[in-house]
Amino acid sequence: MAGFVLRRSLQALLVLWVMSFVIYGLIGLMPGDPLDVMIASNPGATPEVVAHLRAIYGLDQPMPVRYWHWLLDALHGDFGFSRTHSEPVLTVLAPALAQTCKLMLISFGLSVVLAFGLGVAAARKPGGWVDGFVSLFAFAGISVPVFWLALILIIVFAVQLHWLPASGMGTVGDNGFIDQLRHLTLPVLTLTLASTGQFTRYVRAAMIETMRMDFIRTARAKGLGEGRLVLRHALRNALIPVVTIMALSFGTLFSGALVTETMFAQWGMGKMIYDAILANDYNLALVGLLFATLVTLLSNLAADLAYGWLDPRISLK
Amino acid sequence: MQFRSALAVLGLTALLAPAAPALAAHDTLTIGIAQFPSSLHPDIDAEVVKKYADGFVIRQITAFDTDWKNSCLLCTELPTVENGLAKIEDLPDGTKGMAVTIKLKPDLKWSDGVPVTTKDLAFTWKVGKDPNSGFSNVNIWTRATKIDVVDDHTAVIHLPSVMVSYNQWDEILPEHVEGPIYDKATGGGDYLKTTSYNRAPTTPGLYDGPYMITEYQSGAQIVMEPNPYWSGTKPGFKRIILKHIENTAALQANLLSGDVDMVAGEGVGLTIDQVLELRKQHPDDFTYIFKPSLTYEHIDIQRDNPVFKDVRVRQALVYALDRKTLTDKLFQGLQPVAATWVNPLNPNYTKDTAEYPFNLAKAKSLLAEAGWKPGPDGICRNAAGDRLTFELQTTAGNRLRELQEQVLQSQWKAACIEATIKNEPPRTIFGETLKKRVYTGMVMYGWSSAVTESPLRTLGTAQIPNEKNNYGGANYIAFSNPEMDAAIARMDGELDRTKQKADWAIAQKIYAEQVPVVPLFFRSEPHIAPKWLRGYAPTGHGDFSCMWAENWHAE
Repeated sequence: MAGFVLRRSLQALLVLWVMSFVIYGLIGLMPGDPLDVMIASNPGATPEVVAHLRAIYGLDQPMPVRYWHWLLDALHGDFGFSRTHSEPVLTVLAPALAQTCKLMLISFGLSVVLAFGLGVAAARKPGGWVDGFVSLFAFAGISVPVFWLALILIIVFAVQLHWLPASGMGTVGDNGFIDQLRHLTLPVLTLTLASTGQFTRYVRAAMIETMRMDFIRTARAKGLGEGRLVLRHALRNALIPVVTIMALSFGTLFSGALVTETMFAQWGMGKMIYDAILANDYNLALVGLLFATLVTLLSNLAADLAYGWLDPRISLK
Repeated sequence: MQFRSALAVLGLTALLAPAAPALAAHDTLTIGIAQFPSSLHPDIDAEVVKKYADGFVIRQITAFDTDWKNSCLLCTELPTVENGLAKIEDLPDGTKGMAVTIKLKPDLKWSDGVPVTTKDLAFTWKVGKDPNSGFSNVNIWTRATKIDVVDDHTAVIHLPSVMVSYNQWDEILPEHVEGPIYDKATGGGDYLKTTSYNRAPTTPGLYDGPYMITEYQSGAQIVMEPNPYWSGTKPGFKRIILKHIENTAALQANLLSGDVDMVAGEGVGLTIDQVLELRKQHPDDFTYIFKPSLTYEHIDIQRDNPVFKDVRVRQALVYALDRKTLTDKLFQGLQPVAATWVNPLNPNYTKDTAEYPFNLAKAKSLLAEAGWKPGPDGICRNAAGDRLTFELQTTAGNRLRELQEQVLQSQWKAACIEATIKNEPPRTIFGETLKKRVYTGMVMYGWSSAVTESPLRTLGTAQIPNEKNNYGGANYIAFSNPEMDAAIARMDGELDRTKQKADWAIAQKIYAEQVPVVPLFFRSEPHIAPKWLRGYAPTGHGDFSCMWAENWHAE
């Protein structure tokens, strides 16, 4: 087990290194450079000033040289300076990461709990009215565009009912637990509704397949109670494909909640990465994307470890 | 079970009860902005949203007011040649320069109580002219060759030439806070990485305006409270919050829910069509102000394309467009049609230029004169059989411009001109297409200039971007006209108002006759303010209404 984790960690480091080069190169291929955004519509930016700024920012160097300098600094813990926030990259990253963690962990946890409940309920009697209702809910969640769902929730709960704030992360001068919870409610609800549908479909499909297996029939013939049968035997076996999907989704959630973050003015990782790419903020975009890659790798590692726990026949060598 | 239910109800009540934050007394003004400043340092770059945020907390020495007249904010009297505070002086090389006396108001203080003095002004000049500071917004201070500090409140700024903008001066920096940081900065660009405006924007002493920043969440919000050492009109709010909501649909919803009180109109909030729609749906809920601005929407023409070489074709392109109907239908006539880049509200505007009102017959006749006759497919052809066709580009995702494109395309088609739409993301348009002049047909976008700024950067020959100047200029149409260059050089150095206006008139006439671009209209800034807000007066130019934010108050 320890050897497996060590080997996978080393592989993750290699992937991160390769990804850093690929991302750096891809960002460099995009039109314009960081200074274009900075000097746009700036009457003071004469050609001489621009040339000097390019030298200051190291943009007069070829891309591989710039990457090499970045890598050396990164190995010393200096991930560079964010041009669009005028702060070191890690200083910008920390609050965005904290906000994303709050948003993602709550909505991911809620989605998983809801998906298991609904998926199992639907799988117990495929084609029944419960299954029909759950499928309708799941497909609605999958099909409804997130920005539209967010807007509807804002209009209903903030504009019409005045129950919850429409956006932001806290009230100035308050920022207590309840205040933060109130600001998190609508974005969490949006993300939860959007991701529960997909998870529910996977849980349902895996459970239906498992419930048809011989060992379930045997357990039922032996007189095992339905609740115990589902929870102890069927669900555990159905979890393996579901865990894979959830692990992949977890990584995506870290960088992919852009729409929800934008709609609710939650300054998290998705929005940070998106803004950094648009504004040609090389360092911030690079570190943000690398962090999202790292989360995906780690969640996959966690999924692999979970396989061994869920099915002891799977050996982690 | 009953206890649990009661607990759940209590929890829900706590969660939902303190709603409707904006229904409280109007001692806080929350302003929605769709962009967020990358820095608060006034000199690093020329971001519009940065200038907006700074307007509340840092004062320029001078600013153009709501009547578009230059006025003093930090100084006691605007320096002019007439009042003797500005003088033309002889320079050692035999040329003429200027000596401009700035008299700072004696009771000015930074937000930590330290007086604002000419020492700060001299420091700002030192930092501003240092190329290693890493500023792109340096023009204001690089104009000066020397500053003589006479006393704590009087300084003489020496200019190397006679320039019209001699009495336009920006914000000054607090030497007692920024001086030690600047002195410690070693390499190029070090200062901008360490300045307190970036690293600790709530530091007392950074601000000399009526408000100071007390809370700063990068990318999310800026909280401002009254500067206790401000000696002018007492600010009307205990708190002003700039709240960043990038999605404009969400921004509107926040306005309706009361989470934000107003939306800034200075190009950092909603677009005019969104505000017009909002006004239609909620006519009595807010005060709607549409302020004509200096932002000029137009279409650059690629003069290297043989199709556009003939001036008659360029003139026909404008005659074929019914721009009045376009602005009437799309913007309820609130955005006036432009004849040149100079807004009629500008003191340098002249009426005496060629104009091209909608005239389809004239457009067709000009095309015929230039050798373009309608072909079997309705599109004009020249003698060589080339079709009169070109690519029309704009910033993809800008719904208004995309709509305008369709109108223009259809109007040109009626005049046997074919425009094929090929849009690109803004960063591609500005980062590559315009900068390297690789567009083949036309590009539609807007540009903004200062009230008395000459067209040097957009029409001067020296400002044509090319490899040699590292694509540094903004003359994307490669307009090169010796008469225009001469007029620009004169208007930048002529202090006599009559002669100055004559040079501006020459430049506008050349522009109107040559049609280097297709002029469309001047944008109107759409401001949405709460009904209870008083003292709010949008300017329409780059010195924003927030520079007089101490006059804003609730009814």
